[in-house]
Amino acid sequence: MVLRHIPIREGILGAAILVLLGLVSIRYSGFIAPANLANVFNDTAPLIILALGQMVVILTRCIDLSVAANLALTGMVVAMLNVAMPGLPIPVILAIAILLGAMMGAINGLLVWKLAIPPIVVTLGTMTVFRGIIFLISEGKWINAHEMSTAFTGFSRTAFLGLPVLSWIAIATVIVFGVMMSRTALGRSVFAVGGNPHAAVYTGIDVGKTQFLAFVLSGALAGLTGYLWVARYAVAYVDIARGFELEVVAACVIGGISIAGGIGSVGGAVLGALFLGVVKNALPVVNISPFWQLAISGSAILIAVAFNARAGRSKGRIILKSAEGSV
Amino acid sequence: MTDHATPVVSMDAITKTFPGVKALDAVQLDLYASQVTALVGENGAGKSTTVKILTGIYFPDGGTIRIDGEPVTFANANAAADAGITAIHQETVLFDELTVAENIFIGHAPRTRWGLIDKAAMQSAAFKLLQDIGATFDPRTLLRDLGIANKHLVAVARALSVDARVVIMDEPTAALSHKEIEELYELVETLKKQGKAILFISHKFDEIFRIADRYTVFRDGGFVGAGLISEIDEDALVQLMVGRTVEHIFPERTPNVAEDVLQVVGYAHPTEFADINFTLKRGEILGFYGLVGAGRSEFMQSLFGITKPSKGVCKINGSIRVIRSPADAVANGIVYVPEDRGKQGTIIGLPIFQNISLPSLGRTSKSGFLRLAEEFKLAREYSERLDLRAASLDQDVGNLSGGNQQKVVIAKWLATQPQVIILDEPTKGIDIGSKAAVHEFMAELAEQGLSVIMVSSEIPEVIGMSDRVIVMRDGRIEAELEGDALSPETLVRHAAGISATQMEEA
Amino acid sequence: MSDTTMAARFVPNRLNSRAFRILRSWEALLLVVAVGIFVLNSFASPYFLNVWNLSDATYNFTEKGMIAFAMALLIISGEIDLSVASIIALASTAMGLAAQYGAGTTELVMIGLTVGLLCGAFNAFFVTVLGLPSIVVTIGTMSLFRGISYIVLGDGAYGGYPDSFAWFGQGYIYWVFTVEIAIFAVIAVIYGVVLHKTNFGRAVYAIGNNPTGALFSGIRVQRVKFILFLLTGLMSGVAAICLTSRLGSTRPSIAAGMELSVVTMVVLGGINILGGSGSIPGVVIAAVVMGLVTFGLGLLNVPGIVMSIFIGLLLIGVIALPRLWAMIAAKRRKI
Repeated sequence: MVLRHIPIREGILGAAILVLLGLVSIRYSGFIAPANLANVFNDTAPLIILALGQMVVILTRCIDLSVAANLALTGMVVAMLNVAMPGLPIPVILAIAILLGAMMGAINGLLVWKLAIPPIVVTLGTMTVFRGIIFLISEGKWINAHEMSTAFTGFSRTAFLGLPVLSWIAIATVIVFGVMMSRTALGRSVFAVGGNPHAAVYTGIDVGKTQFLAFVLSGALAGLTGYLWVARYAVAYVDIARGFELEVVAACVIGGISIAGGIGSVGGAVLGALFLGVVKNALPVVNISPFWQLAISGSAILIAVAFNARAGRSKGRIILKSAEGSV
Repeated sequence: MTDHATPVVSMDAITKTFPGVKALDAVQLDLYASQVTALVGENGAGKSTTVKILTGIYFPDGGTIRIDGEPVTFANANAAADAGITAIHQETVLFDELTVAENIFIGHAPRTRWGLIDKAAMQSAAFKLLQDIGATFDPRTLLRDLGIANKHLVAVARALSVDARVVIMDEPTAALSHKEIEELYELVETLKKQGKAILFISHKFDEIFRIADRYTVFRDGGFVGAGLISEIDEDALVQLMVGRTVEHIFPERTPNVAEDVLQVVGYAHPTEFADINFTLKRGEILGFYGLVGAGRSEFMQSLFGITKPSKGVCKINGSIRVIRSPADAVANGIVYVPEDRGKQGTIIGLPIFQNISLPSLGRTSKSGFLRLAEEFKLAREYSERLDLRAASLDQDVGNLSGGNQQKVVIAKWLATQPQVIILDEPTKGIDIGSKAAVHEFMAELAEQGLSVIMVSSEIPEVIGMSDRVIVMRDGRIEAELEGDALSPETLVRHAAGISATQMEEA
Repeated sequence: MSDTTMAARFVPNRLNSRAFRILRSWEALLLVVAVGIFVLNSFASPYFLNVWNLSDATYNFTEKGMIAFAMALLIISGEIDLSVASIIALASTAMGLAAQYGAGTTELVMIGLTVGLLCGAFNAFFVTVLGLPSIVVTIGTMSLFRGISYIVLGDGAYGGYPDSFAWFGQGYIYWVFTVEIAIFAVIAVIYGVVLHKTNFGRAVYAIGNNPTGALFSGIRVQRVKFILFLLTGLMSGVAAICLTSRLGSTRPSIAAGMELSVVTMVVLGGINILGGSGSIPGVVIAAVVMGLVTFGLGLLNVPGIVMSIFIGLLLIGVIALPRLWAMIAAKRRKI
């Protein structure tokens, strides 16, 4: 009964991660020690958070390539704020990061909603613009650990019940998104808009507005991650997380979220991110050069998308009575 | 009957215009509580537009909608739903990736104290709704796992889940089996007893006379008449609907049938059709009749190389030809004028002349290089033959009216000088004038030795144009009719799978 | 309908003259922009109008432009290839590896082109045979192709190309005209002819406007798309040869991010990102505009990353402004 409720896609991906962990542990048993797994999870936390935002966007038939640039810009802004006002409390910083991220998401969303510009063009554009703005405000300089306050950099690393706050934020995000996607009108509209936009109109759902909200959510999470990222690595500069947007999209694709919209799950996005996280952390352990990582994640995307497309292919209309029973 | 009662919903002089077409011209429609009103009209009469206006998808250009006598306007689909109007749509407007319960309650799900969707309440409510209409599946099932008939029940349940006063049923029986149709009739009776006003759109006269209390007839976007079903008979209703006697408009033809051109043997597909056998002769017009969803278009698309048949052989002039793609079909002289003009027929965005020359580029070009003068010459020749009305040949085909777009599609195929032309619902949704032109042209083509296959759901067209008719039902050939055996009654009987005795009883 | 009652009448081939259509086109607008930037630049910096500086400036767009022409056809057909920069990396790595074993210039060129073609075929297989969305496939191969370069090279680099190999990226055909600008021009002409003057080009437009309709008109849609991916791979191979020759060395990060510049160039050139319309002359002018902007801002000592803001805004602006304009115009008409 319990097994019946685990969707096949997520089941296979979960099994693949377990097999991967098993194989690595043959080479080095310490890899699956709880403490190490917690490290792997913490290391993957930013990817998980961003993948959830990206998932919502992709479900509505859009794509957000600006998340990494949004993350870097927000990170730089809060780091500069911290340098200018070291006394600013962490909750205020968090609020600023989320708001700023959401604003950038709203810019993407408005261009997609009101001007109907293809999302890929909008976010390619805002991606380069956001990066450029980091350079303008920072004049290309780095903000290093010693310039930031200890409260600022310490927050994401503070341990709570054995896990760093960064991990807890990722867990909280997963729970919030899990509830939002399955139990709120917005969550269900997201699936409806991506699955059948034409029908969504018939049920009174505003397609453009739903896409706008998806971009705002994705932006807000990127902003949140921006602060956590800068705090964790204790450095902010123009190029942080460059190219990370592709890893985020990869996590979603591997997690079975269909780029055509409407199909996907929170569990899939999380597992997709964890898969990439485990691969990344396992490579040095099994003495494979970290330079293999890019090729592996590329192959994983291709395998995942080919696999998911095969599973979801429509078999044509069922007209023959004899065929109806057998399908 | 309470003829003087205020209608629950009343459309007064509603007008709706689309670029190039007046879809509704000051139409009148009244729906009364506890009564079924049948909206009758040919394809293109404006029925779908009416539904879309009543459900808030389209905004009318003129006229008034009244509920209980009070004028209202619907800004969007939600406003119409709030006013108590709900529709069971012809096309599935459901979501494959959501569960049955979510499909029923999307937009108005029960909430918990925290404002979240109350899944338990939603599922039990869905279960009850489904039980009421005799559906036995679990509301937690994903919609994509259901068959067509069950999906339809979900659509019915969704319509009932809102506290509706008006239920619109847009061809609800088109995809249902005989037994399922009986169940639907019972459901309609239940709804009537609950005091709901029902708008019933159907092409099937037997069901209109069986369940409707009133009728309203539209023709070409205009209001023609309305009244009580008890005061009209079938002939009079057909007369109202068509507005002319059937014999008049179809061109006189003397079948001049010669040798076999196309032979189809044992064509089959895993889910769409099976055991298709027939021959087509030179200069013949062969009609394909059946209910919507009987597998006619699916078979034609397979013959044209779009889908692969799992079995079967196709012979042209006696020799076996393997058709794996439309390009193969065209090379073998088989061309297909699809029903879905906008998506499959024309290429909107390209000018008229490029649409016409597209499959004939091999002839108009020289070693792969375009020759525009040749293309214009070809396009001019065939658009003049079809009497195409356009501002210029380099105009975007998307700016033409439906009838003229159809002419472009036909011109495109004639330019390839085919042997067999398949026309799928060739006059659906085009105005009467263009319709007659298409009919005359079909007759002319057959005269010149082209073999025509015409898929049509319009009985007068099938009877008026065809030399021979094949009736399909549930993906199989049900009957082949010719001469005296070819009558509206026999067509309907075979298409619905009713034996002769049953017909007499009814 | 009224048109049924009218007598048959003559339908002209065209309503507007050729000159009128050219004047109203996106390309004309773009040309005005290009001239404007040229004039501004020549006022802004005394070094701008030096022919040798201008000749150097062409390197800003030649390699990207070569790919942009193939990408333009691909985007018109409704697909996209985000892996082009990674194909450059892989092709360059393969050439570098061969150079270590003493391959001559001819062999290197053959290897570069072959790797490009193979990568294109790989993308084409996933998109046309398996029927997968090109954006996901090429995001995947973008990682895969560059990933292979990283596996081969790590943080190392290849150098030591034969002297004659330098001709492609550093040589001159005549006076100030570089080999690269010559290659760019030849490719532009070939693609212009293919897209605008052949049956194949017509098929590309038909597919981009309505892939189903094109299929139903007897066009072999998948075959055309396969060829377009092959061509894009091949052009990436050509660009890899030029870029490697110009730099004289290969690192796995070579041409990083170039796919975005290429897509921007194509969109700026008036190619509809959703497919169906656009022209090669538009892409040529867009390439020159981007080159002039980069060069001009460079002369004014504006750093590269700030130029990218300009490019990003340009990308959104060229699509947003006409739509905003149309929206405002529509509102006015209602009032």
